[in-house]
Amino acid sequence: MEPRTPLLIVSPSPHLHAGLTTRGMMGAVLLALLPAAATSIYLFGLPALRVLLICVVGSVAMEALWQKVADQPITVRDGSAALTGLLVAFNLPASSPWWLSLLGAALAIVVGKQVFGGLGHNPFNPALVARIVLLISFPSAMTHWTAPQPGRFLADAISAATPLSESQSAVMLTGHLPQHIIGFSSRYLLGNMPGCLGEVSALALLLGALFLLWWGVISWHIPISYLGTVTLLSGAFWLIDPSRYPHPAFHLVSGGLMLGACYMATDLVTSPLTSRGMLLFGCGCGLFTVLIRLFGSYPEGVAFSILLMNAVTPLIDRYVVPRPFGMDRSRELA
Amino acid sequence: MIQPSFPGGTHPPGHKTATADARSEICPLPAELVIPLAQHVGAPALPCVTAGQWVARGQLVGRANGFVSVPVHASTSGLVTAVEPRPHPCGADLPAVVLQPDGADTWADEYQKQSFHVLSVEAMLERIREAGVVGMGGAAFPTHVKLDPPQGKVIDTVIVNAVECEPWLTADRRVLLEQTEKVLTGLEILQEISGADHAYIGLEDNQPDVARLLAPHCQKRGIGLAVLPTKYPQGAERQLIYAVTGRRVPARGLPMDVGVLVQNVGTIAALTDAVTRGRPLIERMVTISGPAVVRPQNLRVRIGTPVAHLLEHCGVTEEPAMVILGGPMMGSAQHTPAVPVVRGTSGVLAFRRQDLPTTTAGPCVRCGRCVNACPMNLQPTFIADFARRDELELAERFAARNCIECGSCSFICPANIPLVQSIRYAKGAILARRRRI
Repeated sequence: MEPRTPLLIVSPSPHLHAGLTTRGMMGAVLLALLPAAATSIYLFGLPALRVLLICVVGSVAMEALWQKVADQPITVRDGSAALTGLLVAFNLPASSPWWLSLLGAALAIVVGKQVFGGLGHNPFNPALVARIVLLISFPSAMTHWTAPQPGRFLADAISAATPLSESQSAVMLTGHLPQHIIGFSSRYLLGNMPGCLGEVSALALLLGALFLLWWGVISWHIPISYLGTVTLLSGAFWLIDPSRYPHPAFHLVSGGLMLGACYMATDLVTSPLTSRGMLLFGCGCGLFTVLIRLFGSYPEGVAFSILLMNAVTPLIDRYVVPRPFGMDRSRELA
Repeated sequence: MIQPSFPGGTHPPGHKTATADARSEICPLPAELVIPLAQHVGAPALPCVTAGQWVARGQLVGRANGFVSVPVHASTSGLVTAVEPRPHPCGADLPAVVLQPDGADTWADEYQKQSFHVLSVEAMLERIREAGVVGMGGAAFPTHVKLDPPQGKVIDTVIVNAVECEPWLTADRRVLLEQTEKVLTGLEILQEISGADHAYIGLEDNQPDVARLLAPHCQKRGIGLAVLPTKYPQGAERQLIYAVTGRRVPARGLPMDVGVLVQNVGTIAALTDAVTRGRPLIERMVTISGPAVVRPQNLRVRIGTPVAHLLEHCGVTEEPAMVILGGPMMGSAQHTPAVPVVRGTSGVLAFRRQDLPTTTAGPCVRCGRCVNACPMNLQPTFIADFARRDELELAERFAARNCIECGSCSFICPANIPLVQSIRYAKGAILARRRRI
């Protein structure tokens, strides 16, 4: 007898979906990062393009390889590996040798993400895990900066220092900031300064972040609380001694702050779930960033701060919970 | 004053234009009516007719069985061919009175139309119960129970729920536009019965024409017109009460605990018929729509009309892949078009295969969208996770039982995780365990 074909599909409600998928969100973030990627290529030329390609392709390949070996469904189509790769590239200097880029991609995917169970299960931002491991293991390669040479794609690299490291060593050696950092320069806003690929153009990063906010992929809570805390705190120190502590605007546009606040701290997986939790998270990131930048032994503290707050995220999610509608907080909830 | 807005919420596409502006039509009688004895919350009615018996339109075919139960009536005159289990919208086969219309549509004895002012509160309640009036927004809770609060509960505010926040549905809108006077009279009856001083009509701001129509009536009669932002689930009872009055119904309480009574537009129209004409609830407004329907429209449908008859009447583009009773957010998908329209059926929606979401669930990326969307301020991702691991105690501590099952979380989840589905399971399991203990 022919089996009866089912007449109608039965499934529990809801029978509609909003349409935005995980893949869509990852795609939106990749899109938002394009202006910054283009800027980095414009400033640093072919070496930047090479780092970008190795990291993105390396991450995707690494994830596929891992999942193949571990006999798991291959999920590189969700775009998260490509995004992680792009963010790893943004955390490397343009002068990075190929093996450093590839190692970064592998570290991010394997140590940062897959060992914890893949997408959604990693406690720390994978790209930042890679950055910190590389920074500690290969300090000279990771801090070998080259000066940007806008539009000159094939030019020979010229060594240079980032504004943050410049100011830190100046303060250490002479007790005060170099003259050109005391006065704020608009070239920093456009990114015309040495640094990692994604550290340079605050403006391009902001453009992408605005797109993500408008598209509803990220919320304002983390970027605003992060940048706000940095502004207030660094502003307070600047008021105390402007010859020793840089202007808050300098903090905002230099180093990895804009990238960190808009794209790394807002990583969905490793940041809190609730709006209030996000505000707390952003403030924590801001506090540690300023403390490390001004008093730490590293010139830049964004990566450490975000990882620190990643570690606190489960705690925040446990204690900062919304009060159920029509209930006193004291009842029932842990 | 800033209108308070409930937390969370989502914005599903409306899809209402196809049926919003056309007058409703009368649905022709089908060859066979299937009138379930269980069309309401509470004990099913007890059949009081047998196969082979002729019944008149409006004649009692099932007696109420207890206080939380309502009687069931014949939707037209005709021959009872069977009293037997038939496919029911809940998914099972349940006892129903099967009726073969004789085409004459002869009424049983009918009251003369009279003003409710001459009736006592008890008489009005009696008529509402006898007419089998239940909540027609979907929940189908017996109206006379809602109108008869226990001693000590004072109702000071009545709210007409004209917020039709489910996509596609426009049945309440049509009732409000076509039977305005009936609804307004019903509101007076409700105030008379409950003794409430304040009355409101709550509707969404995507219906400015209805608001314009109602404004002068409301002004004249001292009714508050609450035009609320279009946001799902604005029509959920607790959310509506909060938006209109600013009062929060306690999680384990009922609207009467904050002095509020909410009734759906269709229910109020039915209640007016019951009180002023003694007419039982045997017909209702139903939206027949969805991408697979050729002529989407609102029909006045006799209770017991099989869904297949409605789809045939309105035409389907191709064999539909899914048929939903109610809206797409909270309605239930039917396994057969043989199920009848019951008192709580606000819509019949038909979808083609290509209209249905096909993606499979991925891992949670902790985006927090479900938390932000939850109108009860819960954390769906956690509760659903506990539910999947059968950690019922944890699920309960995270207030799983507060979930109103609106589906906002699953709707919004980028990873397509069946959140409300898992929470629904947890709620059931928590209650089942409670009963065992």
